[in-house]
Amino acid sequence: MGNDHSKQDMTTPETNPPKKLSRRDIIKGLATVPVLGAFAYAWARKKKMTDNYRSRMREIVNLTSQPVELAPSVKDGKPIGLGLIGFGVRGKQLMRAAGFAHPTWIDIAKTDQNNTGNYDNFMEQEDLNVSVNGVCDIFTVYSKAAAETAANVNREGMGGKKGKEPVQYKTYLELLDAPDIDAVIIATPDHWHAPMAVEAAKRGKHVYCEKPASWSVPELFELVKVVKEKGIVFQLGHQGRQTESYIKAKEVIDKDILGKINLIEVCTNRNDSNGAWIYPIHPLADETTIDWRQFIGQAPWHDFSLERFFRWRCWWDYSTGINGDLLTHEYDALNQIIDLGIPSSVSASGGIYFWKDGRTVPDVLQVVMEFPKKDMSFLYSATLANNRSRGKVIMGHDGNMEISANLTIYADPSSTKYSKQIQEGLIDPTVPIYLYIPGRKGADGFATATEQYFASRGLMYTYRDGKRVDTTHLHIKEWLNCIRARIQPSCDIDQAFEEGMSAHMATQATLENRTAFWDEENMEIVFG
Amino acid sequence: MGKKFISIDYTSIQTFLLVTLRVLLGWYFLYEGIVKITNPDWTCYPYLMDSQGPFAGLYHSMAANTDLVFAFDFLNMWGLTFIGLGLILGLFTQLALVFGMLILVLYFCSHPALAFVSYAMPTEGSYLWVNKTLLEIFTMAVLLAFPTGHIVGIDRFLSKRTDR
Repeated sequence: MGNDHSKQDMTTPETNPPKKLSRRDIIKGLATVPVLGAFAYAWARKKKMTDNYRSRMREIVNLTSQPVELAPSVKDGKPIGLGLIGFGVRGKQLMRAAGFAHPTWIDIAKTDQNNTGNYDNFMEQEDLNVSVNGVCDIFTVYSKAAAETAANVNREGMGGKKGKEPVQYKTYLELLDAPDIDAVIIATPDHWHAPMAVEAAKRGKHVYCEKPASWSVPELFELVKVVKEKGIVFQLGHQGRQTESYIKAKEVIDKDILGKINLIEVCTNRNDSNGAWIYPIHPLADETTIDWRQFIGQAPWHDFSLERFFRWRCWWDYSTGINGDLLTHEYDALNQIIDLGIPSSVSASGGIYFWKDGRTVPDVLQVVMEFPKKDMSFLYSATLANNRSRGKVIMGHDGNMEISANLTIYADPSSTKYSKQIQEGLIDPTVPIYLYIPGRKGADGFATATEQYFASRGLMYTYRDGKRVDTTHLHIKEWLNCIRARIQPSCDIDQAFEEGMSAHMATQATLENRTAFWDEENMEIVFG
Repeated sequence: MGKKFISIDYTSIQTFLLVTLRVLLGWYFLYEGIVKITNPDWTCYPYLMDSQGPFAGLYHSMAANTDLVFAFDFLNMWGLTFIGLGLILGLFTQLALVFGMLILVLYFCSHPALAFVSYAMPTEGSYLWVNKTLLEIFTMAVLLAFPTGHIVGIDRFLSKRTDR
């Protein structure tokens, strides 16, 4: 590489006659080729080390790596005749999950620059082979909108080709009596869940009921009795049952990766008026457009109130508060993963600390459930006035697992099971020993730091073939498939009973301000 | 390449340093390419989504297009690999530098080093206008202005041939 040689290289073609490649040319021309050998060697070493690490980790955390398969759709050709009761916020979502959106929603979703995914997801959603034959909402505006939604069979915007509009029933009983209704979706205030589900079951109609299963304890017993007697297919609306990571989490528990589990910590954090159930009041709502008497039902009489109609979750008269609306999601997730059953005791405390708008249900609430037979406590904490995200964490002697859309498992520094691997340096307790990201194909769970960071930001959910699917859609689909196959779905009446009773214990503990105990023998809630 | 560089007259230490810098950069590109090719899950999607600054909207809209993401994945994987090989071997060196700079400019525009912006990819806090990508761009510009492929590299054979 000497100076003089470089000069020689630079000589112009005019002065330099054509010549053959010299040995020097060949050496200089290929001088850097060995670098590729070094690269290949370094790469091979790195790969060997990584492979070795992964295979050793796989021995420790032996989980299947395939994404959870979607249950196949059962189709017998004949559409199921659906009825919908309640077309509020949740009713609209449930209808979309069943394949029906209002034309105005389609028009807005199609052009929503910030969220075109909503529209694409909806349009790609499988046709569930159902026909909505009847709708019922005691607010005439919602009733009409529900009918228009059900008629939008081609999923088109305004001016699109519509199907036949379903009958708009004035009362839920008329809807349930209709012969063309095989199954009904109930998305009404809590105090109407069980009475409607019971009447539906009595008529042999299958039920998809929003959570919680009931507003009161006696109603819950009645519901279980009728559903079992009639043998209808009952699905409680905990769509979390379809969450991939929950299904995976169950495998983690079944394979005893966390060691002896002793504490579960779950929470709810919200901090806006919508999250605090202060829903908008419709401008056309008044005493002439709302059947107020039907809204009240068995609840204590109260004069007409738009607040109470649209924001019913804020009053114990119609609602089960945080316990029924939010604790149940967390409880049901854990009941699915660990098979909790009904707690032996529940204590609760909280208050109305932020949203002092006349509501009667607490906006900050703590619930502690004890499961002495399983040697574990379940701790729930909720606030509707702070957004700090606190994870859903299962704690065992050998490790902990945080559950969100993803699963993250850490070994415990004082673990007995992993002490050898921790000492050897194979396991670092500050780095997850397993990470599960739905939609990530071929993943074995031992992800890179970047992937972990991204997963926590939710950015890795939808890409390539990792198709995002609405869990509510899957939950309704499972229910419909079970109706066709005459089997019970994942959140069946037994699960609903455990969910309902656990929530009732929490509500009674909240209201009584003392510990509620479950008398297993007499099947009743008692106070010590 | 012949005539353009006749005026450049390197000392041996200059040649050595320039070639070393070129090979190191090549190694870096090659690794980035190979690591993506060998990871079946790799995609540029999260990187595009992580974009901030004046062009963020453009990058986000690219991320929304599955076909475009697929094309970018392919171009990144093989582009980085071939640029890396080119720089190490001194093969089509100038072309590799131009394409390398082009890719880096696209990276820089997606993740400009604005004073109060920090990114997830890579996670290293925020810089003040100047970041590693910008330094790499200018390093490559220097190598473009001070070519070495025709001295140490396969380009030497090619330049001999064209010289004839």
